[in-house]
Amino acid sequence: MAVSSSGGHWTQLLRVIPAFSSFEVVFVTVLPSYSSQVPNNRFYLVNDANRWNKLRLVTLAFKLAWIMGKERPAVVVSTGAAPGYFALLLGRLFGAKTIWIDSVTNIERLSMSGSLVGRYADLWLTQWPHLAKPAGPRYGGAVL
Amino acid sequence: MIFVTVGSQEPFDRLIRAVDEWAAASARADVFAQIASGTYRPEHVKFTGFLDPPEFQRLIRDAKIIVAHAGMGSIIAALELGKPIVVMPRLARFRETRNDHQVAAAKHFGAQGRIIVADDEQQLPAKLDYALTLNERDRIDTQASPELLATIRAFLDDDSQKLPSSTSVNQLPANTVEG
Repeated sequence: MAVSSSGGHWTQLLRVIPAFSSFEVVFVTVLPSYSSQVPNNRFYLVNDANRWNKLRLVTLAFKLAWIMGKERPAVVVSTGAAPGYFALLLGRLFGAKTIWIDSVTNIERLSMSGSLVGRYADLWLTQWPHLAKPAGPRYGGAVL
Repeated sequence: MIFVTVGSQEPFDRLIRAVDEWAAASARADVFAQIASGTYRPEHVKFTGFLDPPEFQRLIRDAKIIVAHAGMGSIIAALELGKPIVVMPRLARFRETRNDHQVAAAKHFGAQGRIIVADDEQQLPAKLDYALTLNERDRIDTQASPELLATIRAFLDDDSQKLPSSTSVNQLPANTVEG
């Protein structure tokens, strides 16, 4: 299950999907028009949210839980932001292996969602070598 | 054609106003902007709020240069089609974004020569004039670096070796009880 919010998060998510060629990939994102870019995959919509709107965060978490229960993914991967945060926590709860790839835009410090959820990811990646730490995240290449 | 985009989320009126003023001053009638929910309505630039991915791709493909906020969606889209892109970073102090990550990203990719950076509205006109003198460049690959894909594949392979054993360990007691 590949999860992200819109814009650069989604663009970067699409760029890592070739690594999952041996899996059936299901997408969860926030804009209906994005389904046109992945016409052969199952596609779910959730609302985006941020830490300043608690109600939207709760709605997002419930929608993701429902999707997660239905799909029972083996792996959950996200490039951020809020939808990925909840997807990783829920993925862990549902027994999926979890991958967090912090956005390449976060050069000086990790994203807020990434720094909160990264330690719960089985594979926690930053795209900048200088942000890697022994306790995670690790650096393993970039999306460009 | 010049394509201006502020990305899929927040408006960026400071950029749209600056491009509008430049279009008027340089008498360009071929500028098209995606302004999100911006309240500044440009007078010399045709515009829309949001674009579907196919329309967005078509505009990038048709444009001579791209003008954008310093968001990775816009930057990667331009690089994938080899288009010169001028970016102006959103600033937290104007509440255009929650932090100044775009400033750092712009600086980094600008130093690599992959994008052209205008720090503010004052710098934008000269950067636009310069970008228009450039030709298309080599397109970047449409997927992540081989290194990142290999990192993920190695993790997944590792995982598939672990999964059956851990699953069978978990299932064994249950099966034994039932049996």
